[in-house]
Amino acid sequence: MAQYKLVRCTINGKEVEQMVDVRASLTDMLRNDYRMTSVKKGCEVGECGACNVLIDGECFNSCIYLAVWADGKHIRTLEGLMGENGELSDIQQAFIDETAVQCGFCTPGVIMSAVEILESGRDYTDDELRKLLSGHLCRCTGYENILKAVRKTLDKRLGKI
Amino acid sequence: MYDIKALYEAESVEDAIKLRLEHPDAQILAGGSDVLVQIREGKRAGKELISIYMLDELRGVSLDSDGAIRIGSLTSFSHITKNEIIKKYINVLGEAVDMVGSPQIRNIGTIGGNTCNGVTSADSASTLYAFDALIELTGSNKKRVIPIPDFYIWAGKVDIKPDEIQTAIIIPKEKYEGYHGHYIKYAMRNALDITTTGCSVNVKLSEDKKTFIDVRIAYGVAGPVPMRAKTAENFIKGKEVSEEVALQFSKEVLDDIKPRDSWRASKALRQHIACELAYRALKEAVKLSGGEM
Repeated sequence: MAQYKLVRCTINGKEVEQMVDVRASLTDMLRNDYRMTSVKKGCEVGECGACNVLIDGECFNSCIYLAVWADGKHIRTLEGLMGENGELSDIQQAFIDETAVQCGFCTPGVIMSAVEILESGRDYTDDELRKLLSGHLCRCTGYENILKAVRKTLDKRLGKI
Repeated sequence: MYDIKALYEAESVEDAIKLRLEHPDAQILAGGSDVLVQIREGKRAGKELISIYMLDELRGVSLDSDGAIRIGSLTSFSHITKNEIIKKYINVLGEAVDMVGSPQIRNIGTIGGNTCNGVTSADSASTLYAFDALIELTGSNKKRVIPIPDFYIWAGKVDIKPDEIQTAIIIPKEKYEGYHGHYIKYAMRNALDITTTGCSVNVKLSEDKKTFIDVRIAYGVAGPVPMRAKTAENFIKGKEVSEEVALQFSKEVLDDIKPRDSWRASKALRQHIACELAYRALKEAVKLSGGEM
């Protein structure tokens, strides 16, 4: 018999609530109930990072996170980066400028990891950045341009360039 | 959607124990980075789950009045690595769990889940063995605190009674005070990989840094459960800090470890790696202790 639970949380700053099937992953809830389709279904076993979102400021693979655990949490997805008039954020623009996007499937997940890195307010070496971005699989770019896009945005935000 | 028969969410430790007694076939779910994946794979599909993930009372690291370090079982790997108490007293544990999976996995994965899984490749386990960690289990009437080797029964099997959950991992003061440690994970890639063989060494040197007072060495994936290499430990106690002793020490581990052939690596490769890791981890631990080799 189906089992449901009320889940109250904020998604990209907006308070929401919904009855959720307890068998749902957070990916299921974000895509099906809230149409947050930047959250991709990739491997669904926590390896590829395509479903990565921020929960209370930390990155999680939403495919291996139960939707009911989102109760009381602050969730952020790529949709939340968009400006009032649909403008791209600096990190999204950097991905375009550095050709860090090819097929684009991994991009929302990688960018959310980049957001956690950028918002930490500190600098990192390239090796540290590689490690912090290592939870994502990208079959197109070879990662170099992704690293460059994150590096550039970080340097800009820290006033280094 | 996960193939879950029913989900019971614990609201407190007592509630979790009650749920365990009411649903004896249910699987305990902490961070889920193993259990949920195994449900997807079909291995644990169709089961009842007791989720303890929301129990914040089981999160965090603290110092007990007797100086013991107490790690709540649901503390995530990344929170262990960032914790000031861990960094100050047992940094090697923070470094070891920083090698698990990926950043996202380290945010969801818990040290309790890592040990309760009972797998030999758990990146936290060898370091916990090397520190003679204690496992705290809370049951309906009492708490049990047992040494970690007693907790691991066999591959995938740990000593948790039907009315218990693991609530903390404790490292006594006398086990870490004066020791410096190093962990090496040998795997095929740097991220998202399971340890081929892992080795954790901690060292206590004499005041003049010339003699090994005590050395503890533990392995993951050198047998069905994590293990210590006692022959090597007994060999090195009281010996002078030197290259020659370190090399002999690294060979002595072969008397203790029991690696096997698996699809990940052959027994011969694991034995070779085990010796090399013992040498390198010892050398680094000596360096961290202020000694020279």
